[in-house]
Amino acid sequence: MKILLMGNPNVGKSVFFSRLTGVRVIASNYPGTTVEFTKGYLKLGEEMAEVIDVPGTYTLEPTSKAEEVATEMLKNGDLVIDVVDATNLERNLFLTMQLLERDIPVIVALNIWDDTRHRGIHIDVKKLEQVLGVPVVPTVAVTGEGMKELVSRIHEAASPPVSHRTRDERWAAVGRIIEQVQTVTHRHHTWLERLGDASVKPFPGILIAVLVLLASFVVIRFVGEGLIVYVCDPLFENFWAPVMMRLSEFLGSGSFLNDILVGKLINGEVNFFQSFGILTTGLYIPFGIVLPYIVSFYLVLGFLEDSGYLPRIAVLLDTLMHRLGMHGYAIIPTLLGMGCNVPGILATRILESRRERFIVATLISIGVPCAALQAMIIGLVGGEGWQYVAIVYGTLFVVWVILGLILNLTVKGFSPELLIEIPPYRLPSARILASKLWMRTLGFLKEAVPIVMLGIFVITILYALNVFDYIANFAAPVVSGLLGLPSDATAALVIGFLRKDMAVGMLGALSLSANQLVVGSVVLAMFFPCIASFVVLARELKLKGMLAATGIMIVASLVVGSLLNLIL
Amino acid sequence: MTFDRQTTITQMRTGEKGRIIEIAGGHGLTRRLEAMGIRSGKKITKVGSMLMRGPVTIQVDGVQVAIGFGMARRILVELESK
Repeated sequence: MKILLMGNPNVGKSVFFSRLTGVRVIASNYPGTTVEFTKGYLKLGEEMAEVIDVPGTYTLEPTSKAEEVATEMLKNGDLVIDVVDATNLERNLFLTMQLLERDIPVIVALNIWDDTRHRGIHIDVKKLEQVLGVPVVPTVAVTGEGMKELVSRIHEAASPPVSHRTRDERWAAVGRIIEQVQTVTHRHHTWLERLGDASVKPFPGILIAVLVLLASFVVIRFVGEGLIVYVCDPLFENFWAPVMMRLSEFLGSGSFLNDILVGKLINGEVNFFQSFGILTTGLYIPFGIVLPYIVSFYLVLGFLEDSGYLPRIAVLLDTLMHRLGMHGYAIIPTLLGMGCNVPGILATRILESRRERFIVATLISIGVPCAALQAMIIGLVGGEGWQYVAIVYGTLFVVWVILGLILNLTVKGFSPELLIEIPPYRLPSARILASKLWMRTLGFLKEAVPIVMLGIFVITILYALNVFDYIANFAAPVVSGLLGLPSDATAALVIGFLRKDMAVGMLGALSLSANQLVVGSVVLAMFFPCIASFVVLARELKLKGMLAATGIMIVASLVVGSLLNLIL
Repeated sequence: MTFDRQTTITQMRTGEKGRIIEIAGGHGLTRRLEAMGIRSGKKITKVGSMLMRGPVTIQVDGVQVAIGFGMARRILVELESK
């Protein structure tokens, strides 16, 4: 049996899904968190039922890609759990009506039930059940309240005979139901609501945004550097380095295994940046430099996501983003892209038009460095002085803006206007925050560690076979002539296709000047996307869009790299 | 409660209340707004608007929705008289 979890955006379907199936999924407090469907299993008596977390939709007449996915899914389901936001019954019932008109059994979960009490909303559940003709169960997915009852009543799900109606008739029916089952009493505003209202006004909204942004950077840096200085570096320097020295002595310097596992000794010592062995640099890049920043970035992002602040940033930035061919909501895929480009590009599905999706995805893959790349840039370029890190970030930001302006003028069509629900501010749940952080960190390690270790193995072999020399000679006019980098850096640019963090690591082993590091970092960030982003880009933009985006990347990175080389 | 003066939600002042009388747009716009609970007859409160023709935020049935300026000026309301 296939059970579909459906409902309006941001009613808590993903938390609900995790509760039902035990499968961890990313849940946040903004409409459009889920853009793909996730599957899990739920034991119903003797049977294992498949549960699908469907992207949220306001209507079965889709208006965005994510909503299209939702409507398509409905064709293959056997039963729908309609998750309804109990604090906003009227609008949510419109979708319920559409679902009831279809020939599929429905059970309704009145989620966020705990909030109805302090919002002065009273819903007569028994009556609602009677009028709708399907089971209705109040739930609080975040705490798990009501979930057992819901599961025990799934078999009662029904498909009452409802005649197809026009939209007006449907709304009229919703209106009649609301009159019968809901009473709302007046109550005072909470401080969270006052703060919510303040943040969508120019003043003090802009001030709040600047403070939130500054605080985010400070916390990310503080936590990231803290982890590096107090946890990772001591572990690597005091514990792992001696182990590696022993291993190196045991294997004998110059032996093949030593070159592969430990790498070159620099001044008779293991150097985690430059040795380039699988067990030295191969572990140090993912665990020693990148992991601390992945943890700190996703910790802060989780807070921003779950508080409900992100849609407010979208409102503040909307006018500016329109100049770049996007509307304000594009800030959400862009921010996700700062963690990893892959979920960032996927999240462009919350945008309505193909044009906008193309612009945002292209800008993400060119101008938005992922957390792994940023950690390496901070680690490596930061060692030369903070002004150089500032040049890298400043350049990428300017590129993002200028390219946005150009794309807005050249790509056909126009970008639609902003239309989003602003969720109420909520205090993030520690359980959901921790779960998200864990998933994202684990996701990074699973993806990065094998590729970095394998990559270093392959690089060592290719160096031994002088393969890179051929490529380097071939690319020398561009790499040395235009970008002013030694031809050895070509290998790093090629490896950037696998993983950008590893590629920056390779630049680090070349003893470049500070300016060359800046040029190399910028070109790596903008140049070809890493293989994982490349695959999603191809999937989301189709072949033509992907080729266009890739062409833009190559041209833009060479132009910007050459300019930087001339200026610096 | 009586209503008088007609205007659009872009011209309402922050904190003002009114009732939607018409969405002067095509079928697509009406449908999208409707699905989010913004339709004729609904009482709304303006929560705020951004500078330079930025989005307008209104509250309908306890939910806040931000609407791009071009769409927002197609939403006609009659203001609630004091």
